[in-house]
Amino acid sequence: METAAFYIFATIAVLASLFVVGQRNPMYSVMLLITSFGALAGLYVLLDAPFTAVTQIIIYAGAIMVLFLFVVMLLNVPREEPAPSAAASLLGPTGLKIGAVLSALLAIEMVWALSRLPARSFNPGQADQVSDVGNIGRMLFTQHAFAFEATSVLILVAMVGAVVIARREH
Amino acid sequence: MVPLTHYLVLSGILFAIGTAGVFLRRNLITVLLSIEIMLNAVNLTFVAVGRQIGTVDGQIITFFVMTVAAAEAAVGLALVIALFRHRETLSPDAFTSLKW
Repeated sequence: METAAFYIFATIAVLASLFVVGQRNPMYSVMLLITSFGALAGLYVLLDAPFTAVTQIIIYAGAIMVLFLFVVMLLNVPREEPAPSAAASLLGPTGLKIGAVLSALLAIEMVWALSRLPARSFNPGQADQVSDVGNIGRMLFTQHAFAFEATSVLILVAMVGAVVIARREH
Repeated sequence: MVPLTHYLVLSGILFAIGTAGVFLRRNLITVLLSIEIMLNAVNLTFVAVGRQIGTVDGQIITFFVMTVAAAEAAVGLALVIALFRHRETLSPDAFTSLKW
């Protein structure tokens, strides 16, 4: 049951992400990315992280993607112009060679790292501790309080910066 | 019971898709969306590994990554708007004034 749910969510996430990258219309890309984030929220539920799943939906699908939608609609550039020439783009022979080497390196690294993974299995008794929202809040406001305050300053700076950058000059 | 390896491989696939998007797309908005895919792949790794070792630290880092992603999206989209106003295009090839 859990394995089936994992494969369903994983397939949705991978396919939606592929279509986001393959899509020429940014409007559809944003919609497909919301689908992908929904599937990832399902995976977080499977990982005993319901709080993270809900924040994923509210912050990512609800806030960040709406911001993207606003900009796509505001700029009104539905289609991306075609590539100038195949040789100049990254799909030319040199680009393909570099890409192949990088993908091979990533694959080798992943196989190496995963084969060294300790065979320790998850202890089901820890599930309550991991999924407990009270536990997350306690850790966030005690041990990680400084990082929490730093991110609030970061958000403020980003907000001021965004307003200044996007403002029309007089 | 899905083993940790499956989650890590899924995360690797999503990260690779995001990287390919950053390099192949010729639209600044799609490039920003690809960066969001990469951030989410990393979030999945954090949550999966955090659960494996039985702490909430993975979820807390995910929380911070989401905050930084929100800040990045706000500033990135403000830059996209400013650039579009400047050149009437979203192609990254149009903005090469700083290229050496």
